[in-house]
Amino acid sequence: MSIKKVTQHPSQNEALIFERSQAGRIGYRLPKLDVVETNIDELLPAELRRDDDLDGVPEVSEVDVVRHFTRISTWNYSIDLGMYPLGSCTMKYNSRLNEKVARIAGFANLHPLAPEEESQGALELIYELQQDLAEITGLPGVSLQPAAGAQGEMTGVMLIRAFLDRRDGDASKDRRVMLIPDSAHGTNPASAALAGFSVKTIRSTAEGLTDMEHLKQVCDEGGVAGLMLTNPNTVGIFETNIKEICATIHASGGLVYMDGANMNALVGIARPGDMGVDVIHLNLHKTFSTPHGGGGPGCGPCLCTSALEPFLPVPRVIKAETPVGSVFSESSSSQSHFRLDFDRPESIGRVKAFYGNFGMMIRALSYIYTHGADGLKEATEAAVLNARYLSHLLQDDFDKPYAADPMHEVVFSHKKQSRKGVHTLDIAKRLIDYGFHPMTIYFPLVVEGAMLIEPTESVGRQDLDAFVEAMKDIDKEAQENPQLVIDAPHSTRIGRLDEASAARKPVLRWKPDQEVSAITA
Amino acid sequence: MSNIPENLRYSKDHEWVLVEGENASIGITDYAQHALGDVVYVDMPRVGDKFGTHEAFGSVESVKAVSEVFTPIAGEVTEVNDSLNDTPEKVNSDPYGDAWFIKIKMDKPGEADKMLTGEEYEEYLAANA
Repeated sequence: MSIKKVTQHPSQNEALIFERSQAGRIGYRLPKLDVVETNIDELLPAELRRDDDLDGVPEVSEVDVVRHFTRISTWNYSIDLGMYPLGSCTMKYNSRLNEKVARIAGFANLHPLAPEEESQGALELIYELQQDLAEITGLPGVSLQPAAGAQGEMTGVMLIRAFLDRRDGDASKDRRVMLIPDSAHGTNPASAALAGFSVKTIRSTAEGLTDMEHLKQVCDEGGVAGLMLTNPNTVGIFETNIKEICATIHASGGLVYMDGANMNALVGIARPGDMGVDVIHLNLHKTFSTPHGGGGPGCGPCLCTSALEPFLPVPRVIKAETPVGSVFSESSSSQSHFRLDFDRPESIGRVKAFYGNFGMMIRALSYIYTHGADGLKEATEAAVLNARYLSHLLQDDFDKPYAADPMHEVVFSHKKQSRKGVHTLDIAKRLIDYGFHPMTIYFPLVVEGAMLIEPTESVGRQDLDAFVEAMKDIDKEAQENPQLVIDAPHSTRIGRLDEASAARKPVLRWKPDQEVSAITA
Repeated sequence: MSNIPENLRYSKDHEWVLVEGENASIGITDYAQHALGDVVYVDMPRVGDKFGTHEAFGSVESVKAVSEVFTPIAGEVTEVNDSLNDTPEKVNSDPYGDAWFIKIKMDKPGEADKMLTGEEYEEYLAANA
């Protein structure tokens, strides 16, 4: 079967920069020495100098380096290139306006140690974003310090621990069980363990919801510190019993933490604080359109009820009743209202240097201001509508393990294709040939051969239809010519990688005496 | 269909137990290795560690996911299969033989009798998998 649409084309593979090395080639020429030449031994003792010959360091010119990395950069798939339906990751478009605002000199060049009175604009921006996120979640306590979702989650669980320790005193040590549904994000048990809790898994029902009977039974056993719940959960279904779930946990003396990874299904429609949730983290790099991954900085704000607020990380950014004094100018002091408050004796302390990743806060506030309250609600509606559109159009071709209408993401399994020997990994690899980034695969673990698809609101109807067409074609290929799918991808420079060997016997760096064939074989 | 030897006992979490006197070997079933896919790492307990019934004693990492492995019966670890550190692929190729995970001295000899027989495990798989 021929491929109808391909957004990337194959071309020659690129040699490693080490292999491009030409002995003696250099990218610079030093100017003539304008001081008296001195013997190196007089400047640096021999024992402090490295004596190897830098064997293997590539000898290349500037243009060699630029072209090599520019060529490689064109291999990347990114949200600027096409649909990126990675479930639970909310790969939405990062608007150029956000970038423009983040580059305003007053923000971009501000030193993190500048005094309060000279950082009023930045502090006001942080304060405004805190207020907006508090409004969106219905939780008044906010810290923007955590640098990523997992750190925001860790902060949230530490707040629960600090709260229980203060409330229960010594008896807190008997309350060390954190409940986590079997569909949870993998970071949840790790955060709970780091905060000194042990984990008990709560089962899901056949409908994909938290098993209330099991939850109540485990709560009756006692010792429950809290519950870590994702809502909508990782199979994309809204936990309709959320109020009862929260009430059950509260009745047993525990607190409810909500993983905000899936907030893109709720913004402007429903607020975790109103559902009875005590603490939540958000991912600005998911829901609020700041750049995602790629090693760049993230931002995982932690939000909580006023009961937990005293424990939030310091410094807090607050709006002062009276202006802050200025050592430089009498006049500017009249507008200085925003302060860094370190005087929080019950705080769990800092979780990140300075005030977190400020650049992400600028972009997130830009996103919020761009949309406004109505726009944010519309974005949520479009995100859910897009996922339901895919769900509806693909449910005859792919096994859909849960009947409920999904929220912002939908999970399928490979059940209808695996009979022909075509598995989730093969379908994902074949999708690359059609020019799409694959969906999230083999997560959540509760669905065998899971394919978790989250289109986000950034995708228009044409792209959704093209994706549906690609998926239907792949299903057809799986039924009629399974080997084509099993051997995919065919259009990339390098075909199917041996992921098992890569994990079992990783080659982590190039070595001078290493044959290229030994690495790629 | 999965390979299910008759001389072993099975758990619903897809572990197998081979009882020898008051000792028992524990591993994961052919069905489990197949469902996991290529195993790339096995995390093991230490000799002397004690586990109750149905406690996580280690984990198996495949290219798809990390899954916990549970003790179907209680006991103290007497031996750990260190060879799986270097050759985790044995879990795929020989789940009932070379790729045993741990050996334990059972707390309650006879506890394994409550586990599924090969026939019952096969029925369980047919009904649930």
